[in-house]
This record gives sequence, C-alpha cells and structure tokens, in this order.
Amino acid sequence: MVTLIVNKQELQVDEGKTLLQVCLDNGIYIPNLCHIHGTDNPSASCRLCFVEIEGEDKPIPSCTVKVKDGIIAKTDTPSVRRLQRTAFKLLMSVHRVDCGHCPANKKCELQRIAKFLKVGLKPKYLELRLKETEVDESHPFLDYYPNRCVLCGKCIAVCKDKHGRAFLTFAKRGLDTVVSSYGETDANLPCSKCFACIRICPVGAITSKDSPRQT
Amino acid sequence: MIQENSLEEEKLILDDIASRLKAFGREREELIPILQMIQERHAYIAEDAIKMAAEYLGIAICEVYGVATFYNQFRFHPPGKNHIKVCLGTACHVRGGDIILENFERKLEIRDGETTPDREFSIERVACVGCCALAPVSVVNETVQGHMAPSKVEGLILGFKIEKEKAEREKKKSEPAQ
Ligand code: SF4
Ligand code: SF4
Ligand code: FES
Ligand code: FES
Repeated sequence: MVTLIVNKQELQVDEGKTLLQVCLDNGIYIPNLCHIHGTDNPSASCRLCFVEIEGEDKPIPSCTVKVKDGIIAKTDTPSVRRLQRTAFKLLMSVHRVDCGHCPANKKCELQRIAKFLKVGLKPKYLELRLKETEVDESHPFLDYYPNRCVLCGKCIAVCKDKHGRAFLTFAKRGLDTVVSSYGETDANLPCSKCFACIRICPVGAITSKDSPRQT
Repeated sequence: MIQENSLEEEKLILDDIASRLKAFGREREELIPILQMIQERHAYIAEDAIKMAAEYLGIAICEVYGVATFYNQFRFHPPGKNHIKVCLGTACHVRGGDIILENFERKLEIRDGETTPDREFSIERVACVGCCALAPVSVVNETVQGHMAPSKVEGLILGFKIEKEKAEREKKKSEPAQ
C-alpha cells in the first residue's frame, strides 16, 4: 500500500498501478483516450491525461506515472487545463463531428471530454482538415471511419492482445495516418466472433458490418 | 491487351522476388531490407509482393502494409512511362513547390505516389534535387525543369500527349491497311 494525495484528498492504494488508473478508480476523472487498463507500456499518445506533481517543473501525462508513497498531485491546475484544451482542439480539428449519425453518440469519450473541459466539439480558430475517405469498407466484417478515429491505438493493442497478432495496424503517417486492415480479407478472420476493437474504441470509428448502418 | 501484359509482367516480378527472398533471414527486422530490395529491383511494391513478404516473415499482411506506407520511399503503383518528380525540398517548398505538385495532380487526376490508369504518367514527391537556384523544380524523366509554373505544367503534359499521338499516327501509317 502507498499513500498519495490527489487534489488535497488522501488516497491509500496498491502499488504498481498508474496514477491515472488510481484516480479513475477513486472517482477523480482525468480526460484520457489512449490509456488501456493494466498495460505496462503506455503509448501516452493522446496527451490529455496531464497532471501536476509536486517537485516536477512541468505537467506530466498521468498514464506514465507509477504511484509512489508521498506523491502530491493536482489534476485541475490552469496549466493542466490549458494543455488538455489545446490537445483536444487539435484532435477535433481532424474530426467529422456528426454525432446524430454516429453509433457512439451519448457514450462517446469525446463528448464527455468536451463537456468536462467546457469546450465545444467543433474547435474555433482551427482549420478543419478531414481525410478524403469517409468509410473504409474493405474489411469483411468491419467498417472504419477515418474522420472519427482519434488514433489512440487501442483497437490495435486489444487485437494483438487477444489473438497474438494484430489484424489491424496504423498505416501511412502524419495527417494521413489511419488504422488499416489492409490485406486481411480472409473470411476465416476471428473478427466475427470477437469485435473487441469495437468495444474498446472510445469513439465510433469502427462498426460491425452486421449492425444497422448509421450514416 | 494492356491488362494481359501487366499480368505477365507481374508474374515475372513475383518470381524474381520469390527467388531473392531466400537470401533474407526470417526475423521481423528483415522486413525493411526486403521491401527495399523489392522497390529497388522493380520500382514498386505490388499487392502480392506485400503478401509474399508477410508470408515469408510470418507476420500479418496489414503489418507489412503499415510499415511500408510509413516511408515515403516506397511506391505501390508501377511507375508510368513518364515519371514526374516534384521537388518539395526547403527552397522549392518556399517557392510554391506544393502548388506545382497540386497542378500535376489535378491535371493528371492522380495523387503523388500514383500512376495514371493508362500507365503514361506517375507522380512522386522528392526532397531537394540539388538545384535550388532554379526553384521550384520538377524532374521529368531525368530532365530537370526549373522555375516551374502552372503554365509549364500544362505545357509539359500537352507536349507528351502530342508526342504520343504523333507516334501513334506514324505507327498506323507504317502498318499496312487491312
Ligand atoms: S465520435 Fe463522438 S464526437 Fe465524433 S461524431 Fe461520434 S459521437 Fe460525435
Ligand atoms: S478506431 Fe477507435 S480504438 Fe482504433 S485507433 Fe481509432 S479511435 Fe482508437
Ligand atoms: S491517456 Fe495518457 S496520454 Fe493518453
Ligand atoms: S529544394 Fe528543390 S532543388 Fe533544392
């Protein structure tokens, strides 16, 4: 057991967990998109889960911090919020906001974060840069919506975890980066009995071909 | 006709790749050297070549695709008869190289890295080609074209089309009428 203080509240928790996980477990919400429960090797790519820790000169992503005795952290300082709002706006500048036609509507992590940070879903002052392809329908069981995807990588990680190898991957790079199932057209793919990627996706970027289309 | 030709061509390419793969180990770090070998010998990486590499290394096809598409040096379409390289190095970028690229793309209705369906043209973006004083620069079939402008893009492509038509007319003339 270690003891730490988050937002002036004392927490007694088991060792080995990340600060983000501990906060979430104790009802202290920190925006996050790429965090996977129980992983030892966080990608820390969404840059949303920042906290300030006493003794550190800059905010740090809380998914990369293992809890230790005596940590004193704050999750809601002005510099934390500034970083989170900027990261969020950048994410939304490549996002097709069309919640009414999206399967994630009302359970979407982006909607939750927008509400929490008190910012709109559509970023002001940033140019919207959408990808040309709205839906990639090449997979036998899944459809993929590049303009909804936040590139958190959780679908790829969960696929690899379940099946020993990932049938999804990041492809291309920079603003063109997408999740791709290129070449995986075999009808024997495990997908039709799995759909773990759909469940873990924090937005509505992967859908099953069997579910009623919502576009 | 074109279709048949390219099928045969592809079979030759795949045979060549298969025979060369044996020289590589089967560890995943061999993936990039393998892709480089394919690109070097055949100027592009076909769909079936991606599958072959995946099979050889025992990894998912999409993983090979993911790695290959991360790097600009790999192409997935056979080069066209006229290969157009548009420089987007620093000097050319500053002088509007991206506008030249966009002009070629619009005129030929393909994106950079692609080839027109008739295999006449392909476009590639490159970094500095070493003659920044002439920026923005394009290299068309190894000939450097300096001070590129939208009108020059039109002119170059028109030139190739006229040349092709002329060649076709001459071919017809020399063939005895049926
Ligand atoms: S992913 Fe979320 S924010 Fe985007 S359209 Fe769907 S519900 Fe709306
Ligand atoms: S499809 Fe969903 S889970 Fe996968 S990277 Fe995109 S947002 Fe993340
Ligand atoms: S959850 Fe920590 S960076 Fe994404
Ligand atoms: S930057 Fe284009 S030639 Fe140098």
